[in-house]
Amino acid sequence: MRTWLRQHRQAIAAAFGKLAAQKSAALLNALVIGIALSLPAGGYAVLFSLRQVTLGATLEPQLSVFLRAEAKRAEADALGARLKGDARVGEARFVSREQALKELQATEGLAEVVAALNRNPLPDAFVVRPKAAPGADGASLDALARDLRALPGVAHVQVDSAWARRLGALAGTARLAVALLAALLAFGLVAITFNTIRLQILTQRAEIEISKLIGATDAFIRRPFFYLGALQGLTGGLLALAILGGSLAALNVGVAELAASYGSGFRLTFLAPGDALAVVLFSAGLGWFGAYLSVSRYLLEIEPK
Amino acid sequence: MTCSHSSPATSQRPWLISFSGVVKCYPGGQEALKGVSFSIGPGEFAFIAGHSGAGKSTLLKLIPAIERPSAGAILVNGQNVGSLKRHALPYLRRNLGLVFQDQKLLYDRSVYDNVMLPLAFGELGAREAAGRARAALEKVGLLAREKANPTQLSGGEQQRLAIARAVVNRPSVLIADEPTANLDADSAASILEIFAAFNQVGVTVLVATHDEALIGRFATLVLRLAKGSLVE
Repeated sequence: MRTWLRQHRQAIAAAFGKLAAQKSAALLNALVIGIALSLPAGGYAVLFSLRQVTLGATLEPQLSVFLRAEAKRAEADALGARLKGDARVGEARFVSREQALKELQATEGLAEVVAALNRNPLPDAFVVRPKAAPGADGASLDALARDLRALPGVAHVQVDSAWARRLGALAGTARLAVALLAALLAFGLVAITFNTIRLQILTQRAEIEISKLIGATDAFIRRPFFYLGALQGLTGGLLALAILGGSLAALNVGVAELAASYGSGFRLTFLAPGDALAVVLFSAGLGWFGAYLSVSRYLLEIEPK
Repeated sequence: MTCSHSSPATSQRPWLISFSGVVKCYPGGQEALKGVSFSIGPGEFAFIAGHSGAGKSTLLKLIPAIERPSAGAILVNGQNVGSLKRHALPYLRRNLGLVFQDQKLLYDRSVYDNVMLPLAFGELGAREAAGRARAALEKVGLLAREKANPTQLSGGEQQRLAIARAVVNRPSVLIADEPTANLDADSAASILEIFAAFNQVGVTVLVATHDEALIGRFATLVLRLAKGSLVE
Protein backbone atom coordinates (compact mmCIF):
# COMPACT_ATOMS: atom_id res chain seq x y z
CA MET A 1 0.00 0.00 0.00
CA ARG A 2 2.83 2.38 0.91
CA THR A 3 4.58 1.58 -2.35
CA TRP A 4 1.35 2.18 -4.26
CA LEU A 5 0.81 5.53 -2.56
CA ARG A 6 4.44 6.51 -3.15
CA GLN A 7 4.10 5.68 -6.83
CA HIS A 8 0.95 7.81 -7.07
CA ARG A 9 2.76 10.68 -5.35
CA GLN A 10 5.59 10.30 -7.85
CA ALA A 11 3.12 10.22 -10.74
CA ILE A 12 1.40 13.41 -9.53
CA ALA A 13 4.78 15.09 -9.09
CA ALA A 14 5.78 13.95 -12.59
CA ALA A 15 2.52 15.35 -14.01
CA PHE A 16 3.12 18.71 -12.30
CA GLY A 17 6.68 18.61 -13.60
CA LYS A 18 5.46 18.11 -17.16
CA LEU A 19 2.99 20.98 -16.81
CA ALA A 20 5.71 23.22 -15.41
CA ALA A 21 8.09 22.23 -18.18
CA GLN A 22 5.60 23.38 -20.82
CA LYS A 23 3.96 26.32 -19.09
CA SER A 24 2.85 28.18 -22.21
CA ALA A 25 1.41 25.17 -24.01
CA ALA A 26 -0.25 23.89 -20.84
CA LEU A 27 -1.77 27.30 -20.13
CA LEU A 28 -3.06 27.63 -23.67
CA ASN A 29 -4.65 24.18 -23.51
CA ALA A 30 -6.24 24.96 -20.16
CA LEU A 31 -7.48 28.28 -21.54
CA VAL A 32 -9.11 26.57 -24.53
CA ILE A 33 -10.78 24.11 -22.16
CA GLY A 34 -11.76 26.93 -19.82
CA ILE A 35 -13.37 28.97 -22.59
CA ALA A 36 -15.16 25.90 -23.96
CA LEU A 37 -16.50 24.98 -20.53
CA SER A 38 -17.45 28.52 -19.58
CA LEU A 39 -20.07 28.57 -22.37
CA PRO A 40 -22.35 25.81 -21.02
CA ALA A 41 -21.51 26.81 -17.44
CA GLY A 42 -22.52 30.38 -18.28
CA GLY A 43 -25.71 29.15 -19.96
CA TYR A 44 -26.50 27.16 -16.87
CA ALA A 45 -25.86 30.14 -14.59
CA VAL A 46 -28.17 32.38 -16.66
CA LEU A 47 -30.91 29.73 -16.68
CA PHE A 48 -30.48 29.22 -12.96
CA SER A 49 -30.88 32.96 -12.39
CA LEU A 50 -33.98 33.10 -14.62
CA ARG A 51 -35.41 30.10 -12.82
CA GLN A 52 -35.47 32.13 -9.64
CA VAL A 53 -37.74 34.58 -11.50
CA THR A 54 -40.06 31.97 -12.97
CA LEU A 55 -40.30 30.18 -9.63
CA GLY A 56 -41.85 33.37 -8.24
CA ALA A 57 -44.60 33.18 -10.85
CA THR A 58 -47.13 30.39 -10.70
CA LEU A 59 -47.11 28.06 -13.66
CA GLU A 60 -50.50 26.63 -12.66
CA PRO A 61 -53.20 27.79 -15.11
CA GLN A 62 -55.55 30.29 -13.53
CA LEU A 63 -58.27 32.66 -14.67
CA SER A 64 -59.11 36.15 -13.46
CA VAL A 65 -62.85 36.78 -13.60
CA PHE A 66 -63.55 40.55 -13.46
CA LEU A 67 -67.03 41.71 -12.52
CA ARG A 68 -68.74 44.72 -14.03
CA ALA A 69 -67.72 47.95 -12.28
CA GLU A 70 -71.27 48.62 -11.17
CA ALA A 71 -71.79 45.07 -9.86
CA LYS A 72 -73.15 44.89 -6.31
CA ARG A 73 -71.68 42.70 -3.58
CA ALA A 74 -74.77 40.46 -3.74
CA GLU A 75 -74.04 39.76 -7.41
CA ALA A 76 -70.47 38.93 -6.47
CA ASP A 77 -71.63 36.52 -3.76
CA ALA A 78 -74.00 34.85 -6.22
CA LEU A 79 -71.24 34.49 -8.78
CA GLY A 80 -68.96 33.06 -6.10
CA ALA A 81 -71.55 30.44 -5.25
CA ARG A 82 -71.94 29.47 -8.91
CA LEU A 83 -68.21 29.19 -9.35
CA LYS A 84 -67.86 26.95 -6.30
CA GLY A 85 -70.66 24.82 -7.67
CA ASP A 86 -68.90 24.33 -11.00
CA ALA A 87 -67.24 20.90 -11.09
CA ARG A 88 -64.41 22.23 -13.24
CA VAL A 89 -63.39 24.86 -10.66
CA GLY A 90 -60.91 23.80 -8.01
CA GLU A 91 -60.69 27.09 -6.13
CA ALA A 92 -62.30 30.51 -6.51
CA ARG A 93 -60.76 33.30 -4.45
CA PHE A 94 -62.58 36.61 -4.21
CA VAL A 95 -60.48 39.74 -4.56
CA SER A 96 -62.45 42.85 -3.66
CA ARG A 97 -61.84 46.08 -5.56
CA GLU A 98 -60.45 47.64 -2.34
CA GLN A 99 -57.97 44.79 -1.91
CA ALA A 100 -56.96 45.01 -5.58
CA LEU A 101 -56.29 48.72 -5.19
CA LYS A 102 -54.13 48.08 -2.13
CA GLU A 103 -52.10 45.50 -4.08
CA LEU A 104 -51.70 47.96 -6.94
CA GLN A 105 -50.51 50.65 -4.53
CA ALA A 106 -47.93 48.25 -3.19
CA THR A 107 -46.51 47.71 -6.66
CA GLU A 108 -43.19 49.50 -7.18
CA GLY A 109 -43.62 52.79 -9.09
CA LEU A 110 -47.45 52.75 -9.14
CA ALA A 111 -48.16 54.24 -5.72
CA GLU A 112 -48.10 57.78 -7.05
CA VAL A 113 -50.29 56.90 -10.03
CA VAL A 114 -52.87 55.28 -7.74
CA ALA A 115 -52.78 58.26 -5.35
CA ALA A 116 -53.57 60.57 -8.26
CA LEU A 117 -56.82 58.73 -9.02
CA ASN A 118 -60.08 60.31 -7.93
CA ARG A 119 -61.82 56.99 -7.44
CA ASN A 120 -61.04 53.27 -7.44
CA PRO A 121 -61.28 52.17 -11.08
CA LEU A 122 -60.78 48.49 -10.29
CA PRO A 123 -63.64 46.00 -10.30
CA ASP A 124 -64.26 43.12 -7.90
CA ALA A 125 -62.78 39.90 -9.22
CA PHE A 126 -62.43 36.19 -8.66
CA VAL A 127 -59.17 34.33 -9.16
CA VAL A 128 -60.21 30.92 -10.38
CA ARG A 129 -57.94 27.89 -10.36
CA PRO A 130 -59.38 25.04 -12.43
CA LYS A 131 -59.35 21.50 -11.05
CA ALA A 132 -56.28 19.62 -12.23
CA ALA A 133 -58.05 17.02 -14.35
CA PRO A 134 -56.02 14.36 -16.16
CA GLY A 135 -55.75 15.34 -19.78
CA ALA A 136 -56.70 18.94 -19.01
CA ASP A 137 -55.29 21.15 -21.75
CA GLY A 138 -55.51 24.62 -23.20
CA ALA A 139 -58.80 23.81 -24.98
CA SER A 140 -60.62 22.89 -21.75
CA LEU A 141 -59.25 26.05 -20.13
CA ASP A 142 -60.54 28.12 -23.02
CA ALA A 143 -63.94 26.40 -22.75
CA LEU A 144 -64.13 27.24 -19.04
CA ALA A 145 -63.20 30.85 -19.77
CA ARG A 146 -65.93 31.06 -22.43
CA ASP A 147 -68.54 29.70 -20.03
CA LEU A 148 -67.45 32.08 -17.27
CA ARG A 149 -67.74 35.05 -19.63
CA ALA A 150 -71.40 34.15 -20.16
CA LEU A 151 -72.22 34.33 -16.45
CA PRO A 152 -74.27 37.31 -15.25
CA GLY A 153 -72.24 40.19 -13.81
CA VAL A 154 -68.99 39.11 -15.49
CA ALA A 155 -67.31 41.82 -17.55
CA HIS A 156 -64.08 40.12 -18.57
CA VAL A 157 -62.25 36.81 -18.13
CA GLN A 158 -58.49 36.68 -18.48
CA VAL A 159 -56.52 33.45 -18.76
CA ASP A 160 -53.45 34.09 -16.62
CA SER A 161 -50.13 32.24 -16.40
CA ALA A 162 -49.95 31.58 -20.12
CA TRP A 163 -46.86 33.77 -20.24
CA ALA A 164 -45.32 31.84 -17.36
CA ARG A 165 -45.98 28.58 -19.13
CA ARG A 166 -44.39 29.96 -22.26
CA LEU A 167 -41.38 31.13 -20.27
CA GLY A 168 -41.18 27.71 -18.64
CA ALA A 169 -41.26 26.00 -22.03
CA LEU A 170 -38.62 28.40 -23.32
CA ALA A 171 -36.44 27.73 -20.28
CA GLY A 172 -36.84 23.97 -20.86
CA THR A 173 -35.69 24.36 -24.46
CA ALA A 174 -32.78 26.54 -23.35
CA ARG A 175 -31.81 23.93 -20.73
CA LEU A 176 -31.77 21.26 -23.42
CA ALA A 177 -29.66 23.52 -25.66
CA VAL A 178 -27.19 24.06 -22.80
CA ALA A 179 -27.02 20.31 -22.14
CA LEU A 180 -26.36 19.65 -25.85
CA LEU A 181 -23.71 22.37 -25.93
CA ALA A 182 -22.11 20.89 -22.80
CA ALA A 183 -22.06 17.42 -24.37
CA LEU A 184 -20.51 18.73 -27.59
CA LEU A 185 -17.88 20.75 -25.75
CA ALA A 186 -17.15 17.76 -23.49
CA PHE A 187 -16.22 15.85 -26.64
CA GLY A 188 -14.00 18.79 -27.56
CA LEU A 189 -12.33 18.70 -24.16
CA VAL A 190 -11.68 14.96 -24.46
CA ALA A 191 -10.23 15.53 -27.94
CA ILE A 192 -7.91 18.30 -26.68
CA THR A 193 -6.63 16.13 -23.83
CA PHE A 194 -6.33 13.13 -26.13
CA ASN A 195 -4.08 15.09 -28.46
CA THR A 196 -2.01 16.67 -25.67
CA ILE A 197 -1.32 13.28 -24.13
CA ARG A 198 -0.58 11.78 -27.55
CA LEU A 199 2.09 14.43 -28.09
CA GLN A 200 3.47 13.83 -24.60
CA ILE A 201 3.68 10.10 -25.26
CA LEU A 202 5.49 10.69 -28.54
CA THR A 203 7.87 13.14 -26.83
CA GLN A 204 8.63 10.60 -24.14
CA ARG A 205 8.84 7.63 -26.45
CA ALA A 206 12.47 6.85 -25.51
CA GLU A 207 11.75 7.11 -21.79
CA ILE A 208 8.73 4.83 -22.09
CA GLU A 209 10.74 2.31 -24.09
CA ILE A 210 13.55 2.30 -21.54
CA SER A 211 11.12 2.08 -18.63
CA LYS A 212 9.49 -0.96 -20.19
CA LEU A 213 12.92 -2.52 -20.76
CA ILE A 214 13.91 -2.24 -17.13
CA GLY A 215 10.68 -3.57 -15.69
CA ALA A 216 8.12 -0.77 -15.40
CA THR A 217 4.54 -2.00 -15.55
CA ASP A 218 2.02 -0.47 -17.94
CA ALA A 219 0.15 0.96 -14.95
CA PHE A 220 3.30 2.70 -13.72
CA ILE A 221 3.94 4.23 -17.14
CA ARG A 222 0.29 5.23 -17.67
CA ARG A 223 -0.23 6.90 -14.29
CA PRO A 224 1.57 10.24 -14.89
CA PHE A 225 -0.32 10.68 -18.17
CA PHE A 226 -3.66 10.13 -16.42
CA TYR A 227 -2.75 12.70 -13.80
CA LEU A 228 -1.55 15.08 -16.50
CA GLY A 229 -4.89 14.80 -18.31
CA ALA A 230 -6.82 15.27 -15.08
CA LEU A 231 -4.67 18.25 -14.06
CA GLN A 232 -5.18 19.86 -17.44
CA GLY A 233 -8.94 19.35 -17.11
CA LEU A 234 -8.88 20.65 -13.54
CA THR A 235 -7.00 23.78 -14.54
CA GLY A 236 -9.41 24.26 -17.44
CA GLY A 237 -12.36 23.88 -15.07
CA LEU A 238 -10.95 26.48 -12.68
CA LEU A 239 -10.31 28.84 -15.56
CA ALA A 240 -13.90 28.30 -16.76
CA LEU A 241 -15.16 29.38 -13.33
CA ALA A 242 -12.89 32.43 -13.39
CA ILE A 243 -14.10 33.37 -16.90
CA LEU A 244 -17.71 32.85 -15.82
CA GLY A 245 -17.29 34.91 -12.65
CA GLY A 246 -15.69 37.76 -14.58
CA SER A 247 -18.30 37.65 -17.34
CA LEU A 248 -21.23 37.63 -14.91
CA ALA A 249 -19.76 40.53 -12.95
CA ALA A 250 -19.41 42.51 -16.19
CA LEU A 251 -22.92 41.58 -17.40
CA ASN A 252 -24.51 42.36 -14.05
CA VAL A 253 -23.65 46.05 -14.43
CA GLY A 254 -26.06 46.27 -17.38
CA VAL A 255 -28.52 43.72 -15.98
CA ALA A 256 -28.82 45.63 -12.69
CA GLU A 257 -29.58 48.84 -14.57
CA LEU A 258 -32.20 47.14 -16.72
CA ALA A 259 -33.78 45.34 -13.76
CA ALA A 260 -33.91 48.57 -11.74
CA SER A 261 -35.93 50.23 -14.52
CA TYR A 262 -38.54 47.49 -13.95
CA GLY A 263 -38.33 47.96 -10.20
CA SER A 264 -36.54 44.66 -9.75
CA GLY A 265 -33.33 43.75 -8.00
CA PHE A 266 -32.66 40.87 -10.40
CA ARG A 267 -29.01 39.85 -10.89
CA LEU A 268 -27.33 37.00 -12.74
CA THR A 269 -25.99 34.76 -10.00
CA PHE A 270 -22.80 32.69 -10.01
CA LEU A 271 -23.05 28.92 -9.75
CA ALA A 272 -23.86 27.42 -6.36
CA PRO A 273 -20.74 25.98 -4.64
CA GLY A 274 -21.87 22.42 -5.40
CA ASP A 275 -22.40 23.25 -9.08
CA ALA A 276 -19.04 25.03 -9.30
CA LEU A 277 -17.33 22.00 -7.76
CA ALA A 278 -19.20 19.76 -10.21
CA VAL A 279 -17.86 21.82 -13.16
CA VAL A 280 -14.27 21.44 -11.93
CA LEU A 281 -14.63 17.71 -11.17
CA PHE A 282 -16.41 17.09 -14.47
CA SER A 283 -13.62 18.86 -16.32
CA ALA A 284 -10.93 16.90 -14.46
CA GLY A 285 -12.83 13.68 -15.14
CA LEU A 286 -13.03 14.43 -18.85
CA GLY A 287 -9.30 15.22 -18.87
CA TRP A 288 -8.63 11.88 -17.24
CA PHE A 289 -10.87 10.15 -19.79
CA GLY A 290 -9.13 11.84 -22.72
CA ALA A 291 -5.78 10.74 -21.31
CA TYR A 292 -7.11 7.20 -20.82
CA LEU A 293 -8.20 6.99 -24.46
CA SER A 294 -4.90 8.38 -25.70
CA VAL A 295 -2.74 6.18 -23.50
CA SER A 296 -4.78 3.08 -24.41
CA ARG A 297 -4.34 3.91 -28.07
CA TYR A 298 -0.64 4.86 -28.18
CA LEU A 299 1.15 3.29 -25.23
CA LEU A 300 0.63 -0.25 -26.47
CA GLU A 301 2.36 0.70 -29.71
CA ILE A 302 5.60 1.50 -27.91
CA GLU A 303 7.61 -1.59 -27.19
CA PRO A 304 11.35 -1.92 -26.54
CA LYS A 305 13.41 -2.97 -29.53
CA MET B 1 12.90 -25.52 -38.35
CA THR B 2 15.71 -27.33 -36.60
CA CYS B 3 19.41 -26.81 -36.16
CA SER B 4 21.85 -29.67 -36.51
CA HIS B 5 24.61 -27.83 -34.64
CA SER B 6 22.78 -27.61 -31.35
CA SER B 7 21.87 -30.12 -28.72
CA PRO B 8 18.89 -30.01 -26.35
CA ALA B 9 19.38 -28.58 -22.90
CA THR B 10 19.65 -31.17 -20.16
CA SER B 11 18.24 -30.81 -16.70
CA GLN B 12 21.11 -32.35 -14.71
CA ARG B 13 21.70 -29.06 -12.82
CA PRO B 14 19.59 -26.01 -11.95
CA TRP B 15 20.01 -24.03 -15.15
CA LEU B 16 19.35 -20.33 -14.85
CA ILE B 17 18.88 -19.83 -18.56
CA SER B 18 17.97 -22.63 -20.89
CA PHE B 19 17.28 -22.53 -24.65
CA SER B 20 15.77 -25.60 -26.24
CA GLY B 21 15.40 -25.78 -30.02
CA VAL B 22 14.79 -22.05 -30.24
CA VAL B 23 13.95 -20.68 -33.66
CA LYS B 24 13.38 -17.05 -34.43
CA CYS B 25 11.98 -15.92 -37.75
CA TYR B 26 11.42 -12.25 -38.47
CA PRO B 27 8.60 -11.03 -40.69
CA GLY B 28 9.69 -11.55 -44.28
CA GLY B 29 11.03 -15.03 -43.52
CA GLN B 30 14.50 -14.10 -42.30
CA GLU B 31 15.59 -16.90 -39.95
CA ALA B 32 17.75 -15.26 -37.25
CA LEU B 33 18.08 -18.33 -35.01
CA LYS B 34 17.84 -21.91 -36.21
CA GLY B 35 17.00 -24.31 -33.42
CA VAL B 36 19.44 -23.05 -30.80
CA SER B 37 19.83 -25.04 -27.58
CA PHE B 38 22.13 -24.30 -24.64
CA SER B 39 22.05 -23.84 -20.91
CA ILE B 40 23.77 -21.46 -18.52
CA GLY B 41 24.01 -22.22 -14.84
CA PRO B 42 23.97 -19.79 -11.91
CA GLY B 43 27.18 -17.83 -11.45
CA GLU B 44 28.60 -18.49 -14.92
CA PHE B 45 30.35 -15.85 -17.02
CA ALA B 46 29.32 -16.68 -20.58
CA PHE B 47 30.08 -15.02 -23.89
CA ILE B 48 28.04 -15.23 -27.03
CA ALA B 49 30.49 -14.75 -29.83
CA GLY B 50 29.99 -14.37 -33.53
CA HIS B 51 30.23 -12.02 -36.43
CA SER B 52 27.78 -9.27 -37.14
CA GLY B 53 24.45 -10.80 -38.20
CA ALA B 54 25.16 -14.15 -36.54
CA GLY B 55 22.09 -13.78 -34.30
CA LYS B 56 23.74 -12.65 -31.02
CA SER B 57 21.44 -9.68 -30.42
CA THR B 58 18.36 -11.68 -31.34
CA LEU B 59 19.36 -14.37 -28.86
CA LEU B 60 19.83 -11.83 -26.07
CA LYS B 61 16.52 -10.10 -26.86
CA LEU B 62 14.68 -13.38 -26.44
CA ILE B 63 15.71 -13.68 -22.78
CA PRO B 64 13.83 -10.57 -21.51
CA ALA B 65 11.08 -11.26 -24.10
CA ILE B 66 11.86 -8.16 -26.14
CA GLU B 67 11.44 -10.64 -28.98
CA ARG B 68 9.36 -13.83 -28.81
CA PRO B 69 10.63 -17.16 -30.19
CA SER B 70 8.97 -18.56 -33.30
CA ALA B 71 9.54 -22.08 -31.96
CA GLY B 72 11.28 -23.79 -29.06
CA ALA B 73 11.38 -23.06 -25.34
CA ILE B 74 13.29 -20.50 -23.32
CA LEU B 75 13.43 -20.99 -19.59
CA VAL B 76 14.69 -18.26 -17.28
CA ASN B 77 14.71 -19.21 -13.62
CA GLY B 78 12.27 -21.99 -14.47
CA GLN B 79 9.83 -19.63 -16.23
CA ASN B 80 8.94 -20.28 -19.84
CA VAL B 81 9.59 -16.82 -21.24
CA GLY B 82 7.90 -17.52 -24.57
CA SER B 83 4.54 -18.12 -22.94
CA LEU B 84 4.64 -15.22 -20.49
CA LYS B 85 1.69 -12.84 -20.73
CA ARG B 86 2.33 -9.16 -21.35
CA HIS B 87 1.51 -8.15 -17.77
CA ALA B 88 4.11 -10.61 -16.41
CA LEU B 89 7.01 -9.25 -18.46
CA PRO B 90 7.95 -6.33 -16.15
CA TYR B 91 8.51 -8.75 -13.26
CA LEU B 92 10.76 -10.96 -15.45
CA ARG B 93 12.76 -7.93 -16.60
CA ARG B 94 13.29 -6.66 -13.05
CA ASN B 95 15.28 -9.83 -12.37
CA LEU B 96 17.49 -9.25 -15.40
CA GLY B 97 20.08 -6.51 -15.66
CA LEU B 98 20.18 -5.33 -19.27
CA VAL B 99 23.07 -3.40 -20.81
CA PHE B 100 22.96 -2.28 -24.42
CA GLN B 101 25.54 -1.13 -26.90
CA ASP B 102 23.77 2.24 -27.16
CA GLN B 103 23.30 2.41 -23.36
CA LYS B 104 19.69 3.62 -23.61
CA LEU B 105 20.13 6.36 -21.02
CA LEU B 106 17.80 9.27 -20.32
CA TYR B 107 19.79 12.30 -21.36
CA ASP B 108 17.45 14.82 -19.74
CA ARG B 109 18.10 13.32 -16.29
CA SER B 110 21.14 13.28 -14.06
CA VAL B 111 23.40 10.27 -13.61
CA TYR B 112 21.76 9.66 -10.23
CA ASP B 113 18.22 9.87 -11.64
CA ASN B 114 19.09 7.38 -14.37
CA VAL B 115 20.16 4.85 -11.75
CA MET B 116 17.09 5.60 -9.63
CA LEU B 117 14.73 4.83 -12.52
CA PRO B 118 14.43 1.04 -11.95
CA LEU B 119 13.92 1.67 -8.23
CA ALA B 120 10.96 3.99 -8.85
CA PHE B 121 8.63 1.07 -9.50
CA GLY B 122 10.16 -1.22 -6.90
CA GLU B 123 9.20 -1.77 -3.31
CA LEU B 124 12.05 0.15 -1.68
CA GLY B 125 11.48 3.27 0.39
CA ALA B 126 13.06 6.55 -0.71
CA ARG B 127 16.03 6.38 1.68
CA GLU B 128 16.86 2.76 0.90
CA ALA B 129 16.51 3.37 -2.83
CA ALA B 130 18.85 6.36 -2.65
CA GLY B 131 21.39 4.25 -0.76
CA ARG B 132 21.08 1.46 -3.32
CA ALA B 133 21.57 3.89 -6.23
CA ARG B 134 24.67 5.44 -4.68
CA ALA B 135 26.12 2.00 -3.91
CA ALA B 136 25.64 1.01 -7.56
CA LEU B 137 27.27 4.21 -8.75
CA GLU B 138 30.18 3.65 -6.37
CA LYS B 139 30.70 0.14 -7.74
CA VAL B 140 31.12 1.47 -11.26
CA GLY B 141 33.20 4.46 -10.10
CA LEU B 142 30.66 7.17 -10.91
CA LEU B 143 29.53 8.31 -7.48
CA ALA B 144 31.46 11.56 -7.83
CA ARG B 145 29.57 12.28 -11.07
CA GLU B 146 26.07 11.58 -9.74
CA LYS B 147 24.85 15.11 -10.45
CA ALA B 148 26.31 15.23 -13.93
CA ASN B 149 24.24 14.82 -17.07
CA PRO B 150 24.98 11.64 -19.06
CA THR B 151 25.98 13.82 -22.02
CA GLN B 152 28.89 15.08 -19.89
CA LEU B 153 30.26 11.54 -19.53
CA SER B 154 32.67 9.74 -21.85
CA GLY B 155 31.53 6.68 -23.80
CA GLY B 156 33.08 4.34 -21.22
CA GLU B 157 31.49 6.25 -18.34
CA GLN B 158 28.10 6.14 -20.04
CA GLN B 159 28.45 2.38 -20.36
CA ARG B 160 29.38 2.16 -16.67
CA LEU B 161 26.29 4.21 -15.87
CA ALA B 162 24.20 1.76 -17.89
CA ILE B 163 25.74 -1.07 -15.85
CA ALA B 164 24.96 0.72 -12.58
CA ARG B 165 21.33 1.05 -13.68
CA ALA B 166 21.28 -2.62 -14.69
CA VAL B 167 22.57 -3.88 -11.34
CA VAL B 168 20.79 -1.48 -8.98
CA ASN B 169 17.86 -3.89 -8.60
CA ARG B 170 20.37 -6.68 -7.75
CA PRO B 171 19.39 -8.97 -10.63
CA SER B 172 20.47 -12.60 -10.73
CA VAL B 173 21.50 -12.25 -14.39
CA LEU B 174 23.38 -9.49 -16.16
CA ILE B 175 22.91 -9.46 -19.93
CA ALA B 176 25.00 -7.18 -22.12
CA ASP B 177 24.78 -6.76 -25.88
CA GLU B 178 28.10 -5.58 -27.35
CA PRO B 179 28.77 -3.34 -24.32
CA THR B 180 32.31 -2.54 -25.50
CA ALA B 181 31.64 -2.07 -29.20
CA ASN B 182 32.24 1.68 -29.22
CA LEU B 183 34.96 1.79 -26.60
CA ASP B 184 38.74 1.85 -26.74
CA ALA B 185 40.63 -1.18 -25.43
CA ASP B 186 41.23 0.22 -21.94
CA SER B 187 37.61 1.28 -21.46
CA ALA B 188 36.44 -2.07 -22.81
CA ALA B 189 38.66 -3.93 -20.37
CA SER B 190 37.42 -1.81 -17.46
CA ILE B 191 33.81 -2.58 -18.39
CA LEU B 192 34.56 -6.31 -18.46
CA GLU B 193 36.37 -5.98 -15.10
CA ILE B 194 33.15 -4.61 -13.66
CA PHE B 195 31.19 -7.54 -15.08
CA ALA B 196 33.76 -9.93 -13.64
CA ALA B 197 33.41 -8.27 -10.22
CA PHE B 198 29.64 -8.80 -10.27
CA ASN B 199 30.16 -12.35 -11.48
CA GLN B 200 32.44 -13.03 -8.52
CA VAL B 201 29.62 -12.18 -6.12
CA GLY B 202 27.32 -14.69 -7.82
CA VAL B 203 25.70 -12.73 -10.63
CA THR B 204 25.39 -14.72 -13.85
CA VAL B 205 26.84 -12.69 -16.71
CA LEU B 206 26.01 -13.17 -20.37
CA VAL B 207 27.81 -10.91 -22.83
CA ALA B 208 27.47 -10.80 -26.59
CA THR B 209 30.64 -9.62 -28.31
CA HIS B 210 32.78 -10.07 -31.37
CA ASP B 211 35.95 -9.08 -29.49
CA GLU B 212 37.96 -12.32 -29.25
CA ALA B 213 40.62 -10.73 -27.03
CA LEU B 214 38.07 -10.03 -24.32
CA ILE B 215 36.60 -13.52 -24.57
CA GLY B 216 39.92 -15.14 -23.93
CA ARG B 217 40.49 -13.05 -20.84
CA PHE B 218 37.19 -13.42 -19.01
CA ALA B 219 35.00 -16.24 -20.29
CA THR B 220 34.16 -19.47 -18.53
CA LEU B 221 31.71 -20.45 -21.26
CA VAL B 222 31.66 -19.41 -24.92
CA LEU B 223 28.69 -19.93 -27.22
CA ARG B 224 29.63 -19.29 -30.83
CA LEU B 225 26.92 -18.35 -33.24
CA ALA B 226 27.21 -18.41 -37.01
CA LYS B 227 24.27 -17.65 -39.28
CA GLY B 228 21.77 -18.31 -36.50
CA SER B 229 23.19 -21.63 -35.31
CA LEU B 230 25.46 -22.55 -32.43
CA VAL B 231 28.79 -23.81 -33.70
CA GLU B 232 30.62 -24.39 -30.42
